[in-house]
Amino acid sequence: MKAAVITFPGSNCDRDLAVAFEQAGAEVVRVWHKDTALPAGVDVVGLPGGFSYGDYLRCGAIAAHSPIGSAIAAHAQAGGYVLGICNGFQVLLEMGLLPGALLRNAGLKFVCKPVALNVTSVESDFTSEYGADAQITIPVAHHDGNYTTDADTLARLRGEGRVAFTYAQNPNGSDGDIAGILSENRRVLGMMPHPERALDAAQGSADGRALFAGLIGAFVPG
Amino acid sequence: MKMRVIVTLKSGVLDPQGEAVRHALGSLGFEGVNKVRQGKMIELDLTETDPVRAEEQARQMCEKLLANTAIESYSLEPVQG
Repeated sequence: MKAAVITFPGSNCDRDLAVAFEQAGAEVVRVWHKDTALPAGVDVVGLPGGFSYGDYLRCGAIAAHSPIGSAIAAHAQAGGYVLGICNGFQVLLEMGLLPGALLRNAGLKFVCKPVALNVTSVESDFTSEYGADAQITIPVAHHDGNYTTDADTLARLRGEGRVAFTYAQNPNGSDGDIAGILSENRRVLGMMPHPERALDAAQGSADGRALFAGLIGAFVPG
Repeated sequence: MKMRVIVTLKSGVLDPQGEAVRHALGSLGFEGVNKVRQGKMIELDLTETDPVRAEEQARQMCEKLLANTAIESYSLEPVQG
C-alpha cells in the first residue's frame, strides 16, 4: 500500500503523518504542493495538520486551490482514499470533498489537549479496527475546529452513519459534537483530532494506531 | 477598475468573534450595541474597465475562492478613483 503525504507551505504534521503510515506498514511518498500529479500507484492521500499558507483568507482555502489540488480531487473522485487531519480536514471542506465548514472555536481559544472521542461509525476502513461504540483518546490542537453545516446535511450525515467520531466533551462548539466525518463512499475521512500524535503509550495514547492499521488492512488480500 | 468585496458570516451562523467584540464594547462603556458581526474587506484592482464585466469577474472570484458560501455571504461594490 502506497500513501502520499502532501506538504503545503505551513504544514507541520506532515512528517508525523508519514511516520504513522510507515509504522502501519505503508510505503510513503512525500509530495510537494507545487507538484501537479500524484506518483503512480498511490492508494491513500494524507493531508496533514498545520497552517497551510498561513491560514490566509480562510483555513485551508488557498491549499484547496494549490497546484496539487486537482490531482487530489481526481484521486478522491476515482474512489481513492483520502485522510485529512486538522488543517487537512479544513482543506477537504474547502475542496468540497466533504460537506460543511469549520468556524473559529466557540470559546475563541486555541484548544490543545487530549480529548475523549466516541467512535460513532465503524463502517469504514478508517474505523473498522475500533470496537462499536468504543471510546478513544486522541489529542486535538486547533483554533478553527467548530464544525458547522445545515440541518439537512447534519441529518443526512447521521442517517447514513457518516459521522465517524464525536467528542465526549465538546471542546469547540462543533455541531452535533462532530469531530470527524466520512464521504458518501466512506473513503474520505476528515477529522480535527490528530491520530498521528497517538501512536505510542509514551505519547499519552496509542489509540491512533488502529486507524492507520485499519486503512492498511483494507489493502491486504484475503 | 477597483471592486470592493465585503465577506461576512451568513446571518444564521454564530459569529463568536463578533460576540467577543460586542462584550468588549460593553465593558468600555458603549451601551446599546445589540449585535456585532465581523467580516473582511477585500479590494480588487482589476484590468477590466467595464463595470458590469468587472462585477461579474469579482462575483466568480467570490464563488470560487474569496467567500465560502456554505457559511459566508458577500457583497460587491465598485470603488471610485
